[in-house]
Amino acid sequence: MKWEPVIGLEIHVHLKTRTKMFCGCTAEYGAPENTRTCPVCLAHPGALPVPNEQAIAWSVKLGLALGCRIADRALFHRKHYFYPDLPKGYQISQYDAPLCLEGRFVVPGADGDHEIGITRAHLEEDAAKTVHVGGAGGRIGGSDYSLVDFNRGGTPLVEIVTEPDLRSAEEARRFLQLLRQTIVELGISDAEMEKGTLRADANVSVREAGETGYRTRTEIKNMNSFSFIARGIEAEIERQIAVWESGGEIVQQTYDFDPGSGALTARRTKEEADDYRYLPEPDLVPVEPPAELVERLRAEVPELPGARVRRLEGGLDFETASGLVTSGRDRLYEALVAAGADPRAAANVVMNQLAGAGVDPDAVDAAELAKLIEARESIPRGVLAEAIAASGEPGFSAERYLGEAAVTDVSELDPIIDRVLAENESQVALYRGGKEGLLGYFVGAVMRETHGKANPKVVNERVREKLGA
Amino acid sequence: MAITREQIEHVARLAHLALTEEELERLGGQLGAILEAVGKVSELDLSDVEPTSHPLDLVNVWRPDEPVPSLTLEEAQANAPQTEGGFFKVPPTNEPEPS
Amino acid sequence: MIDTLRLTAEEALGLLERNDVSPGELWDAYRAAIDERDEELHCYLTLSDGPDGEGVPIALKDVIGTKGVETTAGSKILEGYVPVFDSTVAARVKEAGLPLLGKTNTDEFAMGSSTENSAYGPSHNPWDPTRVPGGSGGGSAAAVAGGLAPWALGSDTGGSIKQPAALCGIVGLRPTYGTVSRYGIVAFASSLDQVGPTTKTVRDCALLYRVIAGRDPLDSTTAEIPQVKLPEAEDLKGVRVGVPRELNEAEGIEPGVREAVERTIELCRELGAEVGETSLPRSVDYGLPCYYLIAPAEASSNLARYDGVRYGLRVSNGGYHGMVEHTRDGGFGDEPKRRIMLGAYALSAGYYEAFYGQAQKVRTVIADEHRAAFEDFDVLVSATSPTVAFPLGAKSQDPLAMYLSDLLTIPSCMAGLPGLSIPCGLSDGLPVGLQIVGRQFAENTLFRVGHALEKAIGFDYVPERLR
Repeated sequence: MKWEPVIGLEIHVHLKTRTKMFCGCTAEYGAPENTRTCPVCLAHPGALPVPNEQAIAWSVKLGLALGCRIADRALFHRKHYFYPDLPKGYQISQYDAPLCLEGRFVVPGADGDHEIGITRAHLEEDAAKTVHVGGAGGRIGGSDYSLVDFNRGGTPLVEIVTEPDLRSAEEARRFLQLLRQTIVELGISDAEMEKGTLRADANVSVREAGETGYRTRTEIKNMNSFSFIARGIEAEIERQIAVWESGGEIVQQTYDFDPGSGALTARRTKEEADDYRYLPEPDLVPVEPPAELVERLRAEVPELPGARVRRLEGGLDFETASGLVTSGRDRLYEALVAAGADPRAAANVVMNQLAGAGVDPDAVDAAELAKLIEARESIPRGVLAEAIAASGEPGFSAERYLGEAAVTDVSELDPIIDRVLAENESQVALYRGGKEGLLGYFVGAVMRETHGKANPKVVNERVREKLGA
Repeated sequence: MAITREQIEHVARLAHLALTEEELERLGGQLGAILEAVGKVSELDLSDVEPTSHPLDLVNVWRPDEPVPSLTLEEAQANAPQTEGGFFKVPPTNEPEPS
Repeated sequence: MIDTLRLTAEEALGLLERNDVSPGELWDAYRAAIDERDEELHCYLTLSDGPDGEGVPIALKDVIGTKGVETTAGSKILEGYVPVFDSTVAARVKEAGLPLLGKTNTDEFAMGSSTENSAYGPSHNPWDPTRVPGGSGGGSAAAVAGGLAPWALGSDTGGSIKQPAALCGIVGLRPTYGTVSRYGIVAFASSLDQVGPTTKTVRDCALLYRVIAGRDPLDSTTAEIPQVKLPEAEDLKGVRVGVPRELNEAEGIEPGVREAVERTIELCRELGAEVGETSLPRSVDYGLPCYYLIAPAEASSNLARYDGVRYGLRVSNGGYHGMVEHTRDGGFGDEPKRRIMLGAYALSAGYYEAFYGQAQKVRTVIADEHRAAFEDFDVLVSATSPTVAFPLGAKSQDPLAMYLSDLLTIPSCMAGLPGLSIPCGLSDGLPVGLQIVGRQFAENTLFRVGHALEKAIGFDYVPERLR
């Protein structure tokens, strides 16, 4: 039985605006409890929301980056439920008239591109923070009381919902990484899962390969890293397959994933499903994004990571292209190639030596580094490594390293080569007898004698010549 | 239009009102009569009519992303029934927040 | 000797400007009147400690948030609640130098037509204290009519300024939706609530409207207003007065009320107005049910914040949800509970389209019908209230009967239109109010028409028994 996972994601992005979504309190992290509040975000009687212009613009920008259609007319809605960290007794969100709809996000893969549908992206306010005290280890069940801090309440979130187009836990992880990078490059959020500025829940179902409909799905929440998400989804896929294969049925359920134990714990099924009684928000007027604003934002969206991977795949294999983009090194790579460096070599230097030496790719003078790469065969290895490590420093110049050209003059090298061959007669005989692998041994010995200053290619050719003679 | 006891209890739960038995009887009865009266709106065929959610034709009212001073902790907690340190204190919830 | 029963705010302003009277003397006169008569009338829930301005003192309905001064909205759930911020209207009043006399009684959360839903006891009509002053802003209206404040602010959702004004024989304006800020006003129904003046004369009304009205960046639903013109003309030449059939022939209008209104309509003709009949075919029949779906739906949402967590009453009972449920059941009176449940039902899954959704469409129909009538007329007139002030207790047991008090004020509220109520006569010794409805942003027209009629009618707003 071949099973196909069907995965959709619900992602919350915390926008790094200076102020909250509906009031002028600052949205900074880590302030003392309840010192970043006002009548609006505390839901005092009579307080009214006024939307943050920047949050709206950034949501539109994110929607454009996700290939969405921007609504002509978007509405805010109230979503009602009672919880200590929801002071109004409702969250201001968007329901059937969101800002962004019907987008697509391409996830490049080694086996080709996969286009993931984006159902919608909308704007809403975050809840405050509730701390459960007492009971076992601060968990909800069995706590003695709760403490609420309203500082975070009211900060702006964009909720992105994908179509169930993802087909593996690994793909979901890659999607999230690429999405995260896109968001960071747009400058609208730090999008860090560990800090909670990027959150993702997964909807998972499976079906038999070839089946066209969708089976019942479950929801997995509370996974706060990319790898936990992948593992949680994987665990749920396995669980579901096992259930179907044993003749059982999947029940709609919400699970929490515990990465420590790898266990999925079902949440208590509620007696009644939540009825949020959505109401068009009467305190806020509709948003009709002006065409000139949308076009200006569209022009501000940079070339996205996914597109850059596909473009680089022209000259490189997928893994390398993907690695360059996701590690934020592709701009340097492209600058090096533009300055004349060989693509393979440039990629290699950028991904390996430069990364290994801890050099910040954005600090590198590409024109200078390109010169080095071009001359890589004629510079001693040690010198090249030193040069690369220094290439991020201000005022870096390739000149002083090029000066140390490797020794290519055979008249200088011949005496050394002859001496090495003379001292290793038995190996020479073995080589002449067919052990061609020993060539490296001789070349290595010559390199050591010259303290790495010889040009290895020239040495290689000369030794071969002499041994052939 | 009759509203059943279950429906009244359901609505009271949604609205978080712990109605007494007496209230369920009395208010429930009144609610039935009121629903009957307001149900009159369904007499009209308004399939071609747009709903009005806002009386004025305003759109795009927003504010710049500029900070405004917040309340002090004292002000924020001024009318609070129970606090602990800088927090508001409430009895435990025993269930996670709806999504 | 200052006669607080007769003195208008404009006259008081004049006295202050000419130094005939000091701010302190003026203040003391009203405090003395309050000492004398408020025990009987029960207009005030809170009295201020001392004047915080040198202008003409003012009373504010207790749904208007006032920094440092208890604001209860007539409910036990906000007993002892002292706001840490001023509503925009309270701030504007303060900026204009008008000292706060106190907070006036209101039906709980502005839900009612008599103040009998106040958790702190009803107010009494100065014309006959065995009768209601109207509601929900009965406290403000009774205070002005009873000489306990020169002028006051109320709030109107379905008629809560106009109807008490009519029952107490004074002037009340429900402004165009969006011309007065709702920031800091305890919310009842967000798309309907408006704060407005309750005054002795139309010119006082215009003066006070000018102080409070205008766009507020803290309220996204406000707009700029045309410049306010104080009315002067005492004729109605060039004004087209429409008489909507359905408003004037509605069932339940008392004969005495009908006569007073008909006489006033005739007076319009004598003053040079062009008077004609018009029609609002469905607005009256469907106005009440429309209102009693939309207002409770929005109210059920706006009242969700009263949960015992951050302010107000808290009743302990088990965990968080139990605490919230018992706090709300203990803190809210019957009328809020009825409306909350009605509203939650109207918004609930499966019922939204048929109830709330449908009501929003009826609202469009009502707005369209008014717009059509305004193509031929500048103002529409009718009685404000179908009856004169009724006895305390007469309707308090029957919610539907109480709702009918708003039959004539509701339709124009649904359309977001401004309405002025002025006293136009007596019926069995009790005041009758005339409702004058205008287009959006046409307050100046209302002031003009109201002022001319006021002069011509010559109604004595001092209650007979207090003269």
